[in-house]
Amino acid sequence: MSDLPGTVASHAAFADEQRRKRLLHERNVKRRSIAIAATSTAIVMTLVAVLVPMTPGWYKVRRSFFNGDVFGDTFPGLISAFVKDIQIFAWCAPCIVLWGMILAVCRSVRTPALFPLRMFAAAYTDIFRGVPVILTILLIGFGVPGLGLPRPWNSPYIWGSVALVLAYSSYVAEVFRAGIDSVHESQRAASRSLGLSSSQTMRFVVLPQAVRRVVPPLMNDFISLQKDVALVSLIGPIEVLRQAGIDKSKYANFTPYVGAAIIFLLLTIPETRFVDHLMARERRRTSGTTVR
Amino acid sequence: MNSRLRRLSVIPTAAIAAALVFGACGDDSGSSSEATSASTSECPTINEGTLTIGTGTPAYSPWVENDAPESGEGFEAAVALAVATELGYEGDTVEWVRTTFDEAIQPGAKNFDFNLQQYSITPERSETISFSDAYYTTNQAVVALADSAAAGATTIADLVDVKFGAQAGTTSLDFITNVIKPSTEPFVYDDNAGAKAALEAGQIDAIVVDLPTAFYIAAVEIEGAAVIGQFPVDAGGTSDEFGLVFEKGNPLVDCVNAALATLKENGTLAEIEKTWLSDKTGAPVISLG
Repeated sequence: MSDLPGTVASHAAFADEQRRKRLLHERNVKRRSIAIAATSTAIVMTLVAVLVPMTPGWYKVRRSFFNGDVFGDTFPGLISAFVKDIQIFAWCAPCIVLWGMILAVCRSVRTPALFPLRMFAAAYTDIFRGVPVILTILLIGFGVPGLGLPRPWNSPYIWGSVALVLAYSSYVAEVFRAGIDSVHESQRAASRSLGLSSSQTMRFVVLPQAVRRVVPPLMNDFISLQKDVALVSLIGPIEVLRQAGIDKSKYANFTPYVGAAIIFLLLTIPETRFVDHLMARERRRTSGTTVR
Repeated sequence: MNSRLRRLSVIPTAAIAAALVFGACGDDSGSSSEATSASTSECPTINEGTLTIGTGTPAYSPWVENDAPESGEGFEAAVALAVATELGYEGDTVEWVRTTFDEAIQPGAKNFDFNLQQYSITPERSETISFSDAYYTTNQAVVALADSAAAGATTIADLVDVKFGAQAGTTSLDFITNVIKPSTEPFVYDDNAGAKAALEAGQIDAIVVDLPTAFYIAAVEIEGAAVIGQFPVDAGGTSDEFGLVFEKGNPLVDCVNAALATLKENGTLAEIEKTWLSDKTGAPVISLG
């Protein structure tokens, strides 16, 4: 009776000791990884910082790409021009999701009578996914207003946005379709055998699973949209890329482009990290542990 | 341990490789700049024995007729060839290359001796490129359809509520934003073709271009368009002077300036202007008041 707790205690002490050792080891491994990563980063950065200024054209590049005065003069204007990019993005994104989803569902219908719908969706994605976004914007942005619509219906904001929605919904539709196809056939079978109709199966069983799976790749498309919004500038509006171009011509200096790039990065890097986070969460949800 | 050492040794190797690559680049450009300085004469050109002239792609009337500067037809084509002749280049020794408007005023090495496509001389541009003296002085003008909001404008106040369009990076755009200051932001296009399409589609009421281009657009390119008016020459603080564009610090500038001075003195330049550009007095002047 007296040595039993002792045995338990010594077992517990042993387990504690093991756990402590393991934690210590893991901490050491982590610390060493950080040290190596920091050292290699420092070496690479130093090499870049030392070698690039040694190139013969560096002082010219610095003057025309990293000019502090020009940056100070133009950056505030670039920021206010960027508001337009965000606005265009904000009203395009929901339209793209909606229209892309409709296309994906059209393409996935299995009723024979609705075959023309499938054909339409397939042809649509083929065309708009195959034509460069910039061409779609130029053709629609200059073509449709030429038909003689009255103001404000001929606004480049409207037709530029329409072009973006047409182009991006074809990408998004394909992403949704991949998601729909990735839902196992047994899910449909189970749903149908429970008495749900074909459309109910799609609505309540397939789509919820499909959408959940494709959120990370969808976010990629939207980051890419965030950048392509700048193409609307080709048909008139002065957004950040155009403003940078105007400033570049005015000062004959490329620093405004660097400023515009920084503005885009300020938005897209957090977006990208957010996508990484979503993907990691999805991975944790669907698989076991991580291997270091 | 051993394997880690081997792994770490990759870094210095990479550094040496990088240094070699960068070093090689340095050597290369060094020898090429030596080559150019070796061929220095009083008026050096990028290809010895030929004069390389850059212009737009495409080049527009009335500056270059039919996009064929070699013919010497059109104001700028004729000016360029006259300058070339003064410098002693004729026929096969004159080479034409094409660049976009933006390309030629960017910093860096150029593939032409000089470039002309209605570049206005501005102090900001002069920071990165060199300009010759002016070969033409112009002013800005408004082109609009006869029934547009801009029609009949006689003062700048009449133009405030007009929706404008212009080509990006031009002094015309500066003129809209700094002098006219319209109530709505202008639309901006890569070239005048975009601005013309928008004018025809009714997305904009009027475009601002230099006066000779305005006359050409109204007369030839857009049906129903008219030159509403021209602005006083020195509106906006400076008059719009067109200069030939050179790589920053190109010594050829002095030779070309001497040639231009001769052409002005002997009346050749005025003659060319009379042949290719419309009479400036044809458009009413819009007052700034």
